[in-house]
Amino acid sequence: MSEMKKSRKQKVVVVGNGMVGHHFIDQLISHNNDDFQVVTFSEESRLAYDRVMLTSYFIGNTADDLALTSPQAYDEQGVEYFIDTQVVDIDRDKKTLITATDQIISYDKLVLATGSYPFVPPVPGKDQKNIHVYRTLDDLDAIAESAKSSHVGVVIGGGLLGLEAANAIKQLGLQTHVVEFAPRLMAVQLDQEGGDLLRSKIEDLGVCVHTEKNTTEIIAGENCRYRMNFADGSFLETDTIVFSAGIRPQDSLARISGLSLGERGGIVINDQCLTSDENIYAIGECALWDNKIFGLVAPGYAMAKSAVSHLTRGGLNGEVKTFSGADMSTKLKLLGVDVSSLGDAHGNTAGSQSYSFVDSAAGTYKKIVVSSDSKKLLGAVLVGDTSDYGQWLQLVLNKIELSQPPEYLLLPEIDGDSANAAAGVEALPDSAQICSCYDVTKQHLCDAVNAGAHDISALKSCTSAGTGCGGCVPLVTQVLNSELEKAGVSINDNLCRHFAFSRVELFDIIRVKQLRTFDELLTECGEGEGCEVCKPAAASMLASLWNEHVLAEELVGLQDTNDNYLANMQKDGTYSIVPRVPAGEITPEHLILIGSIAKKYNLYTKITGGQRIDLFGAQLNQLPLIWQEMVEAGLETGHAYGKSLRTVKSCVGSTWCRYGVQDSTEMAITLEERYRGIRSPHKVKMGVSGCARECAEAQSKDFGVIATDKGWNLYVAGNGGMRPRHADLFASDLDDATLIRYIDIILMFYIRTAERLQRTSVWLEGLEGGLDYLKDVVINDKLSINDELIVQISHLIETYECEWKVTLNDPQKLKRFNHFINSEALDSNVIFTTERKQIRPAIKKNIVMI
Amino acid sequence: MIDIIENVSKESGEVSANKIDWLTVCKIEDITKNTGVCANFNGKQVAIFHMKKAKDSDGIGGISEVKAVCNVDPFSAASVLSRGLITEKDNQFFVASPLLKQEFCLETGQCQQDDAIAINTYKARIDDELVQLMEA
Ligand SMILES: Cc1cc2nc3c(=O)[nH]c(=O)nc-3n(C[C@H](O)[C@H](O)[C@H](O)COP(=O)(O)OP(=O)(O)OC[C@H]3O[C@@H](n4cnc5c(N)ncnc54)[C@H](O)[C@@H]3O)c2cc1C
Ligand code: SF4
Repeated sequence: MSEMKKSRKQKVVVVGNGMVGHHFIDQLISHNNDDFQVVTFSEESRLAYDRVMLTSYFIGNTADDLALTSPQAYDEQGVEYFIDTQVVDIDRDKKTLITATDQIISYDKLVLATGSYPFVPPVPGKDQKNIHVYRTLDDLDAIAESAKSSHVGVVIGGGLLGLEAANAIKQLGLQTHVVEFAPRLMAVQLDQEGGDLLRSKIEDLGVCVHTEKNTTEIIAGENCRYRMNFADGSFLETDTIVFSAGIRPQDSLARISGLSLGERGGIVINDQCLTSDENIYAIGECALWDNKIFGLVAPGYAMAKSAVSHLTRGGLNGEVKTFSGADMSTKLKLLGVDVSSLGDAHGNTAGSQSYSFVDSAAGTYKKIVVSSDSKKLLGAVLVGDTSDYGQWLQLVLNKIELSQPPEYLLLPEIDGDSANAAAGVEALPDSAQICSCYDVTKQHLCDAVNAGAHDISALKSCTSAGTGCGGCVPLVTQVLNSELEKAGVSINDNLCRHFAFSRVELFDIIRVKQLRTFDELLTECGEGEGCEVCKPAAASMLASLWNEHVLAEELVGLQDTNDNYLANMQKDGTYSIVPRVPAGEITPEHLILIGSIAKKYNLYTKITGGQRIDLFGAQLNQLPLIWQEMVEAGLETGHAYGKSLRTVKSCVGSTWCRYGVQDSTEMAITLEERYRGIRSPHKVKMGVSGCARECAEAQSKDFGVIATDKGWNLYVAGNGGMRPRHADLFASDLDDATLIRYIDIILMFYIRTAERLQRTSVWLEGLEGGLDYLKDVVINDKLSINDELIVQISHLIETYECEWKVTLNDPQKLKRFNHFINSEALDSNVIFTTERKQIRPAIKKNIVMI
Repeated sequence: MIDIIENVSKESGEVSANKIDWLTVCKIEDITKNTGVCANFNGKQVAIFHMKKAKDSDGIGGISEVKAVCNVDPFSAASVLSRGLITEKDNQFFVASPLLKQEFCLETGQCQQDDAIAINTYKARIDDELVQLMEA
């Protein structure tokens, strides 16, 4: 009997499929797929999603973007799941669960990952329509629905989540208020001065902040739907209310089944994350460890790991990981303001002293708490500029002795002092946790570097460090560099075997020496004859500087597959053609023309994701014929083949849309016509949305522009595709001229300084100093190169020509558009068949049949 | 274009009459330096590449040379190699398939990424500005 039981899979049931419950399942499966049968319950209407990014749901991310898993993924992994299903009771003796739908499920091991629920104070009138909490995607849908019939929105609670909620309400276009009971915002994390500075910054953004307000009732309003009355006799009218007055651990299942709870709630767990029942674990926000609840995701993940490690007896590597508490330091961007708090921010340690530094001109506040002997940093608060966060956190966590008097930490960094910072990483013990989201230590990073991860993206992908909140990337980079230096690996960024220079260096050589051809470049600083790496890279750089036709005699031999024939080669050697449709705006005449060309040449047609039309199946000799017709009708090349601007996606904006606040289509056309054809290190995509609803998905583009009622918000370095990245807000409420000037400078700076085939997302991540540095370069002209960059990009804009139009007028160039040099015949290897009423390349089987 | 075709048929007629196996396919000026073209050679598709080095060992501008291989990319079965990029390593020339970038040695036809694969090569020469091919 016991024999049989051993060979059977253990049934692990996870109640709650939130971030932590899912992480547990993920870890368990990746450790050990065969020994466990996993079942999970979610009372929400979907499987786990990224709650941390919840607010981004209002600024472009869909529920699918936020999903951490999918029904298909769980099916493939053999995880059984029930959504919309609440577990209502546990029978610990029988080891079964009962759901609200009266299902009874047995378990061998139970994991409670029920998270927490929003606390709503017992204010009379709180249970009416249009009064919400802020926890789930369903809550957000309800808030958005209310916003449609609202002008004013109030968030009750000025903590971390309250400010997030305020941001969301502001994004929905409501006049936004934050009402806080305490005398300052983010009372848990900030002290009074930090709170005051945050308040003034947030008020600058047009959000009204009311502190020391105790809401006593919510009644019908006169000008708005509701009136909130406060204990001090004042009141506020509003249409929508969001409660964000704190969270409480969701421990009701544990309560009714008699597990030990903390005095103020929370399921008591030990270092293995076991509750008072040896078959039940509790992890995440519902769990109470050492009398503490951890309201952040990283500690929850650490608990999930400990539970998996205990359940699998150490898993594959045999090392049992216990939970030993977690640091609650946070670094956030709230309503665009950087805020962080770390360690003992309030100076609660006996004998501690604190120092602070306010720079009201720059809008920054820094406070440090140090030990009584002034030797160690205990905690800190940063508002407005959090660039010290990573470094300071390490000083706190590893109790590193300060090498200078503590007040030096507060002084603005002296230029060229970054050597100090590097000495900083070396001072860290190997056990120092560098990435708290994924629990990656310095040792892990060093091992990965020594095993060959010699650049930041390799290091990120093999350790996951820096892929969560991203706060640790500067430190990860420092560890990388110091490790490489120690190993004597000179950081080799040579372009390829033909050039002992990086792309950035070559770009400068070409620019300064005014080189015009690849041969000149080889003679100047290369060797051999070039390869698939340096030739297209050189072609791109030459084009980015001088903008000569890519099929010019000296340049054509350098071009990559698609540029080579100004069309996109497909798997059978035929090409696809994409005419430019600026901003996706197209006349019926052009639509008809494109349709009739497709019909005439029997091309497969498909609408692209960038709001254009792609025509497939053209043979080499047909390209000039097709383009002749297009150009005559006034269409021009779309550069779908080039590493250059692809499209500027847009919505109809204020012209048609009832929400639009600016003419997004016109701006998109302006941008597309301005930057078309400019060759860059990789393709560049842009998007313009007419309001915060973001229908053009601009934040997934390299350059995203979103209309505000005052102008435009510019986002940079977003990416869709294989490596999605949300764009970062670069600047807000810009007028047309400033918007264009900023894009001019950033684009040219990217062209100048990126590696080959590096998208803006990776470029920005690799830029030392990141977004803040880029802002400094662009907005403050830190490098004094902006005038030069503008001159360069202006040259490119002025010398734009449609590459196809020029080609059609040049018999020498046209000669290449024939399959054979010695015959007019077509390529007999190109064979099409029909599918869904259009052509497609015949697969081998079809060829045999024909 | 028509011009050349007449030229070709005349030339080829001539060569076979002379029982020499070199067949003229085009003029060297028809192949832009450091690119390729595809020729119909006895009913087969042959990719011909025109290399002209930046500088020769003596430092003066390079002289032209031609190489010829089968035009069909064995990985995709598409006739596209003539449209690939010419690459160089250790003084040897290769063509990189424009589709998935596998490289083939222009001398031996050997694929660099897969030892088991090689493509046909042909003899090629420039004779008095004419590009000529012969079965290897
Ligand atoms: C707007 C917002 C912003 C945040 N920002 C950050 C941040 O920047 N950094 C950070 O570290 N953390 C942040 N957090 C906190 C973070 O989201 C949580 O720490 C994390 O989600 C906790 O994960 P969990 O799995 O414990 O709980 P949850 O993600 O809440 O998951 C619990 C799940 O269990 C379900 N459930 C509960 N009871 C039952 C039952 N009886 N039967 C079935 N299902 C049940 C719940 O419906 C829920 O889906 C933020 C949270 C919010 C709301
Ligand atoms: S279409 Fe444009 S203007 Fe209208 S809601 Fe969408 S983003 Fe806003």
